[in-house]
Amino acid sequence: MGSQTRATTAPSGSPTSIKQGSKTRGGIGESTLRPDGTLKVTGEFAYSSDMWHEDMLWGYTLRSTTAHAEIRSIDTSEALATSGVYAVLTYDDLPTGMKNYGLEIQDTPVLAHGRVRHHGEPVAIVAADHPETARRAAAKIRIDYAELPVITDEASATAPGALLIHENRDDHHIGHVPHPNIVHRQPIVRGDAAAAAERADVIVSGDYVFGMQDQAFLGPESGLAVPAEDGGVDLYVATQWLHSDLRQIAPVLGLPEDKIRMTLSGVGGAFGGREDLSMQIHACLLALRTGKPVKIVYNRFESFFGHVHRHPAKLHYEHGATRDGKLTHMKCRIVLDGGAYASASPAVVGNAASLSAGPYVIEDVDIEAVALYTNNPPCGAMRGFGAVQACFAYEAQMDKLAAELDMDPVEFRRINAMEQGTLLPTGQSCDSPAPVAELLRLVKSRPLPPEQQWLAAGEQADVRALPGGLSNTTHGEGVVRGVGYAVGIKNVGFSEGFDDYSTARVRMEVINGEAVATVHTAMAEVGQGGVTVHAQIARTELGVSQVTIRPADTQVGSAGSTSASRQTYVTGGAVKHTCENVREKVLELGRVKFGTYHPAWATAELLLEGGKVVTDGGEVLADIVDVLENESVDLELEWRHRPTEPFDLRTGQGNGHVQYSFAAHRAVVEVDTELGLVKVIELAVAQDVGKALNPLSVLGQIQGGTTQGMGVAVMEEIIVDPKTAKVRNPSFTDYLIPTILDTPTIPVDVLELADEHAPYGLRGIGEAPTLSSTPAVLAAIRNATGLELNRTPVRPEHLTGT
Amino acid sequence: MRVNFTVNGRQQEADDVWEGESLLYVLRERMGLPGSKNACEQGECGSCTVRLDGVPVCSCLVAAGQVEGREVVTVEGLADYAKHREDAHPGTGCASGACGTTLDAAKRWEARPTDGRTGEAAELAPVQQAFIDAGAVQCGFCTPGLLVAADELLEQNASPSDADIREALSGNLCRCTGYEKILDAVRLAAARQEETV
Repeated sequence: MGSQTRATTAPSGSPTSIKQGSKTRGGIGESTLRPDGTLKVTGEFAYSSDMWHEDMLWGYTLRSTTAHAEIRSIDTSEALATSGVYAVLTYDDLPTGMKNYGLEIQDTPVLAHGRVRHHGEPVAIVAADHPETARRAAAKIRIDYAELPVITDEASATAPGALLIHENRDDHHIGHVPHPNIVHRQPIVRGDAAAAAERADVIVSGDYVFGMQDQAFLGPESGLAVPAEDGGVDLYVATQWLHSDLRQIAPVLGLPEDKIRMTLSGVGGAFGGREDLSMQIHACLLALRTGKPVKIVYNRFESFFGHVHRHPAKLHYEHGATRDGKLTHMKCRIVLDGGAYASASPAVVGNAASLSAGPYVIEDVDIEAVALYTNNPPCGAMRGFGAVQACFAYEAQMDKLAAELDMDPVEFRRINAMEQGTLLPTGQSCDSPAPVAELLRLVKSRPLPPEQQWLAAGEQADVRALPGGLSNTTHGEGVVRGVGYAVGIKNVGFSEGFDDYSTARVRMEVINGEAVATVHTAMAEVGQGGVTVHAQIARTELGVSQVTIRPADTQVGSAGSTSASRQTYVTGGAVKHTCENVREKVLELGRVKFGTYHPAWATAELLLEGGKVVTDGGEVLADIVDVLENESVDLELEWRHRPTEPFDLRTGQGNGHVQYSFAAHRAVVEVDTELGLVKVIELAVAQDVGKALNPLSVLGQIQGGTTQGMGVAVMEEIIVDPKTAKVRNPSFTDYLIPTILDTPTIPVDVLELADEHAPYGLRGIGEAPTLSSTPAVLAAIRNATGLELNRTPVRPEHLTGT
Repeated sequence: MRVNFTVNGRQQEADDVWEGESLLYVLRERMGLPGSKNACEQGECGSCTVRLDGVPVCSCLVAAGQVEGREVVTVEGLADYAKHREDAHPGTGCASGACGTTLDAAKRWEARPTDGRTGEAAELAPVQQAFIDAGAVQCGFCTPGLLVAADELLEQNASPSDADIREALSGNLCRCTGYEKILDAVRLAAARQEETV
């Protein structure tokens, strides 16, 4: 841990930790190092874009240059005649009647047919012997577009006579949405907000705008499809959920799922952007057509069109409070722009609605969240998933209320903070620790960083420490400081009745005289460190030091998605569950072999620790090696967390979520009010992780999530032209993500308040730190400048009024 | 065209190179050295950073023809480069090219056994080990470029301040870590370097 980081023990009165298994070295709770670390630092780790095959072709995607148009004709003849080109495919070449795919609603064309609905939509694909050949050939494809008017916001989507983005919808949301250009609508009504408003001494309202953020993972969409002799295909690809991809690929290719063998290749980050398919089907189509291995690697420009983004949102909120600082009611309307295709929009709507009140006690609420179909870029999953946009707005509201009541903003939040047992707007009780007030106390109690650090070195200002940095734009003349706070609530795992299970296969055997466990799951390791904790869990449960993690593939059952902060909980839970069953089998073997030698085999609770079978009193009964000898134990089992249920479509009531995760931030910023530049000085965070299975990885997730939240506060936005719906900044030159110079010190406080319903008491951690980071930075900028700032990201013109 | 240059101390020859091909493409697709990463291919993210005659550059912005007769060090050669810097050329690196990797050594390096749990058995440059130990590697896609840049920083400045580290690594984007662990790693590598002097 860095010097800036402290671990905090639970406050008195908190639940004790959950009983754990063995104390074998390298088990849970230790900061064991990544098993893939050495490969990653030597450049040997095989990312999906590094795949190579003899006689391999390169695939390339031709994308629409317009956001909304009828396709009158496509002429591929010149492209096909290009030397070095092996195939040019369009919609007409798709092998089956299934020409669309989608996570929940199959509305996304594999290749555009009849109409393009957003800028950058795939229209044709090319395979050639060199990537440049493929690009040049694609440029020779002639498409005759008849432009259509673009739908870009709620007004144009629901205007009388508006074109329908999907004219023949037959998905199960169509029955309850007020307009076919609305993907899904979720109201939540609880208590009587109108009546409660009568009790309020102050009422504040606000309109908030959240810009379109990109996941901007560094490893581009890529993969290699290899045609197989049996008519199937082997696909090596970076994804977040192999089995979900497979379920969508197979019907389009017209192949049974067992003829498509998928293997996870190295994933260079995901953050939700790999939940939807990108190049998977295209590479398979080209490989099956040409009979040759085909590799597709998006460049950065294409990557901005190749995955869905975070939903931009418009949010209207009203809150009331009594003079003594108690919230009376909340009304809100959240409009998410889902873009041209549904992707994960329905689930994002459910999350935004159900988490829209934040981590506060509010009994009377009137909530509505909708997602639109428009001609903007499709939006779907990104870290925080609907909760991020809501948190930005409700935290601004908390500051407004505190100001109106002349109260300290942290004190105001503390008065209203939810705790264990609080009912959420959905009527669901939070039945595990909810240390909202404690997290705020922790970030507030940190000493503030010294003021005017740019003068610390002496009389000359160190411009590197100033807003604008080495651009040498100021020496501190117009620089003011501000401090802001925020806290958020995020659900963990898939909600609303989804069968959220995972599968693990665990084998225990003796290799070279040592007991070895092999763990095989289909979990996508996207950088989060799941492979590290799976080995830790196996060591803890099976008492062995040697654990092999097999590469993720579709030869084992589904692990579900690496998203929603769920993998350590659910696939970690599956590994734990399977290990426990393997352990029982090992002990059974031991009882048969050695049971007669010692009565403890039959009477004591037995554990596997340090390569031995021991009693809970610590007495050694046998070596695991002697128990197993030439036998092996091999089990593949599924595991589920407790079930959830859908939200009522009219009232929003229902036990929709399985677990919640909480984080709080304090941001310290310095703003150059003359130039409109912001420098975040420090971004302190406190988070409850339930149980830190790997403390080092936990910190990495919290700091990384915090930085993504800061990015959207001050710089990150995909800018879509409102007149044409075209993306203006699809590059790292124009879409800015924080550099090491933009990113402040991020001190972390970790709480470990066990959730008794979760494996080891753990709590999903990846997303919560992204929520409150953004509003904390905005609050600090407001505090520094006195400006209202209801839009994120904040740009210089918002600060200077220019 | 044909391009002759030195990569990680070994003479290399690439045939049929297009005029438009980048050094990054030649390294990744022709030399079988995919360690340098292709995250943006426009010089914005630093993932493809290599040393060209000792100077860190984005290999995506270097035309392959520009490296004719010159020396390139990639992340694949970093451990060897660091070893030679310490053993044979203290403080100056290996820019003379007189200390290449033998074929045998290269083969051993490729087959390097690693401890599946910690990677402790591998032979790494100090900065590589520090990145692992400090938890600075998550998805790892930015890691090769950061390592090359950080190694060069530590070669020039054995005890950099935080501001120095931030300045030196400001051309390398990382999307996963929030940079704190990367700062920790460079500080750790610097501290270990001081201990051994």
